[in-house]
Amino acid sequence: MPDKLSDKRKIKCAKKMRDIMTTYYLDAMTAEQNNKQVAWITSGGPVEPLVAMDIIPVYPENHGAMIGASKMGEDLCTKAEDMGYSSDLCSYARTDISCSVVKGGPIGGLPKPDMLICCNNICGTVLKWYEVQARFYKVPLFILDTPICHTRYSPEIAKYVRAQIDEYIVFLEKITKRNFDYEKMAQVGKLAYKSQMLWQKVLNTTARNPSPMSAFDAFFFLALIVTLRGTQIAVDFYKDLLEEMEQRIKDGISMVPNEKYRLLWDNLPIWYRLKWLSNKFSDHNACLVADTYTSAWCSAIKYTDENNFLDSIAEAYTRIYLNIGVDQMADQVLEMIKFYDINGLVMHSNRSCKPYSFGQMDIMKIVREKTNIPVLMIEADMVDPRNFSQSQVETRIDAFMEIIKQRNS
Amino acid sequence: MKEIKIFHDATKDVSAFADKIKAKQKKIVGTLCSYAPEELIYAAGFHPMRLFSSKSDIILAEQHLQTYCCSLVRGVLEDSLSGRLDFLDGTVFPHTCDSIQRLSDIWRMKGRYEFFADVVLPVKLNTQSAKIYMVDVLTKFKKDLEIAAGREITDTDLRESIKKFNLIRKNLSKIYALQSQKPGIIKGADLYTIVKGSMVMDRDEVADLLPAIAANIEKMDTPEQNGKRIVVSGSICDSPDIYTAIEAAGGVIVGDDLCTGQRWFEGQILEDEEPLTAIATRYMDRIICPAKHSSATARGENMISLAKKNKADGVVFMLLKFCDPHAFDYPYLKEFLEKENIKTLLIEMDDQQQNLGQLSTRFETFIHYI
Ligand code: SF4
Ligand code: SF4
Repeated sequence: MPDKLSDKRKIKCAKKMRDIMTTYYLDAMTAEQNNKQVAWITSGGPVEPLVAMDIIPVYPENHGAMIGASKMGEDLCTKAEDMGYSSDLCSYARTDISCSVVKGGPIGGLPKPDMLICCNNICGTVLKWYEVQARFYKVPLFILDTPICHTRYSPEIAKYVRAQIDEYIVFLEKITKRNFDYEKMAQVGKLAYKSQMLWQKVLNTTARNPSPMSAFDAFFFLALIVTLRGTQIAVDFYKDLLEEMEQRIKDGISMVPNEKYRLLWDNLPIWYRLKWLSNKFSDHNACLVADTYTSAWCSAIKYTDENNFLDSIAEAYTRIYLNIGVDQMADQVLEMIKFYDINGLVMHSNRSCKPYSFGQMDIMKIVREKTNIPVLMIEADMVDPRNFSQSQVETRIDAFMEIIKQRNS
Repeated sequence: MKEIKIFHDATKDVSAFADKIKAKQKKIVGTLCSYAPEELIYAAGFHPMRLFSSKSDIILAEQHLQTYCCSLVRGVLEDSLSGRLDFLDGTVFPHTCDSIQRLSDIWRMKGRYEFFADVVLPVKLNTQSAKIYMVDVLTKFKKDLEIAAGREITDTDLRESIKKFNLIRKNLSKIYALQSQKPGIIKGADLYTIVKGSMVMDRDEVADLLPAIAANIEKMDTPEQNGKRIVVSGSICDSPDIYTAIEAAGGVIVGDDLCTGQRWFEGQILEDEEPLTAIATRYMDRIICPAKHSSATARGENMISLAKKNKADGVVFMLLKFCDPHAFDYPYLKEFLEKENIKTLLIEMDDQQQNLGQLSTRFETFIHYI
C-alpha cells in the first residue's frame, strides 16, 4: 500500500527535469568540441545576456548543490582546507575551488570557463571566490556590482548598476568578438520573464491546503529557473509542471499524506539530508510548503519589464531577497507566513552563508512578535556535513512539532 | 616620550576619552571601517571615532549574531547593546563584508543613536562608473551629515578637513618609514597605540602631536638589537601584546597591511581638486582591502612590494576567525610571497580569547626558522 501511495504522489515532471539537466550538462561539458564558449556565473547573476549571445552558462552553486546532495561535500571541503582555505568559508566556494583542481565531484568537475560573471547581489563571498577562479583559470572576470539596498533602491544605485549592464555587454562583445544581438536579447528577456512568472505560479500552488508539492520538491525543480532561465525549454517545462500541480490539486493529491501542519523553511537547503528531513517532517504530518530560498528567483520580478528588459534588470537584479535590509526580509517572511497559511517557521542557521544567516535571529524575533507561530532554528551547513548533528536536530524537530501540535489542537 | 603617553592614555579608556570630547560640545560619530569618509564627518563638526570591540564576553549580542560571526562584529554589537557606547551620537557603516552588512541592519533596527548612515561604496574600484557612483554616494552622505549637523558643509570646511587628515596620514607614514629604516626605534606596542589613537582621538590634537613624535624619532639613533624584519597582514590587530610577543621572539615590525595600519593611512588626498572627487580618487587608488576589488591579483602584488620595500624576512598573517574576505585571500598571498622566498606564518585570532603563551611559541619558532 504505502508504495502505491508514493507512486501516486511522485511528481511526473521530475523525470523530464532530470533529462533536461543531463542534456544541459552534456552540452556544457562538450562546449569546446562544439565551438561554444562557457561562462561561469553566480546564481543571482543576469544570465539573459549570455543566453542571447549563445554562451553556455554554468553555475558553480548548482554544482555545489549536486556535490552536497551526492554527499561528496566533506571530501572536497577537506581538500580545499588542505589548500589553505579556512573551514569557515562558504562550502559552495570550498568545494568548487578544490573541485577545479582535483576534478572531483559527481560529474568530474565543471567545464573550464572562458569567462567569469560574478554578481555580488547574493554575497561578498562570490567576489572572492571568483577572484580565486580568475587566477586559477586565467580568464577574464566581469563583476556586476549591485550595492546592497539596506533601506532603499537609491537613484545613485540605479544609475551605477544600469551603467554596468552596458559594460557587461561590451565585455561580452569583446570576449566573443561578436556584436551583441539586441533583438535576440529582447526575446530572451521575454522568455526569462515568462519562466519566472510560471515558477512563481508553481510556488504559489502550495498555498493550497493540502499542498501538491513541498519545498523539498521546489529545491529540486529550482535548477531550471537558475540555469535555463531565458530559454523556451524552461518556459515549456514550468508550464508542464504548473499543469501537473493544478491537476494534483484537482485530484486532491498532496505531497505529505496526512498534511496537518504547514511549515516555512528559511535559508538554503541542507543538501545531504533532504530525504531525511523530508521524512522526518512528513512523519509528523507536516509539510514544508514554502521557503525563502527558491522564491528568490522570482521575488524581484515586479521590477522587471519584459518589454524593456535591459533597462529594468538593473533594478530587478539589485533588489533580490538577500540584497535588502533584514527588516525588509522579515516583511517578506511575514507575507509568506500569511500567504501560505503557515503553522511554524524552520530556520536553517547556515554556517556557510553569512548574509543569509546573520539577521535571522532578528527575523525570528519579529516573527514571534507579529504572529503566534513557533520558530525553530537548526544549525547546519548546506554542503559540509561536519556541522550537522542528526540526533540533536532530530530532538529539536520533535520538540518543535510537539509545540505546533499543542497550539493547533 | 610624553606625546606617546597621551596616545596610550586615550586608547586605554576610550569612554573616558569620549567624555572629554563631549565636554567640548562635540558630537561623536562611530565608524567601523577604513573606508568611512572621516574627512566628511570631521568637516560637519562631528568627531569621527573608529570603534573597536572592548573584548567583553558576548552575552547580549548572542541574541542577534551566531557564533560563526567574527569577534569584531559580535564584540562591537555587544558593546553597543550593553550601553558601553552610549557616548555615541551616531554611527556610519561603509559597506565592507557580509558581516558588517548585516551588523548595519541590526544596528539600524536597534536605533540606539540619533544619527545613522549607510555609506554603500562600490565594491569595484577599477571603473569609471564605480568612481561616479562613489562620488554620488559621498555627495549623499554629505547631505545626510548636513541635515544632522543643521548646517552646510562648505568647500572650505572640506578642504581644511582634508588638509588635516592628510597631515595625520603623512606623519603616520613618516613614522612607519622611520621604523622601517631604523627597525626597533619605536616599540611595536607604541606604533600600534599611535595608529589606534589617531583613529579615536581628537584629530586636532593628533595633528599637533604626530609631527612632534616623528621629529623626535628622527633624531634618535638606530637601536643596536637586530631583530628579524616582520610585516603583519590582516584585518585589524587590536592587541598591543601581539606586537610585544613578536618582539620578544626576536622580531621587529617594519610594516603592515592592516585595516588598522598602513591600509588606512597610506595615500594622500589631492588638495587642489574638487573635494569629494579627490576623496573618491584616494579610495580608488589606495591599497585595497580584500572586501573590495581592483584586480584578481592586486593584493598579491601589493603584498610583495610591501614586503620587498621593507626588506621583510617574514610576513605574519593575523586573521580574525570567521573573517571571509581575508581567509579567501590568504592561500594566494602566501603562494605569491613564497614564490619570492618570503616566509609566512598564519595566526588565527579571536578578539575574545587570545592564548598569548601559545602565540609566543609560534612566533619564536617562526622567527627562529626564518
Ligand atoms: S551560500 Fe551564501 S555565501 Fe555561499 S555563495 Fe551562496 S549566497 Fe554566497
Ligand atoms: S574582520 Fe573580516 S569579517 Fe570581521 S568585520 Fe572585518 S572584514 Fe568583516
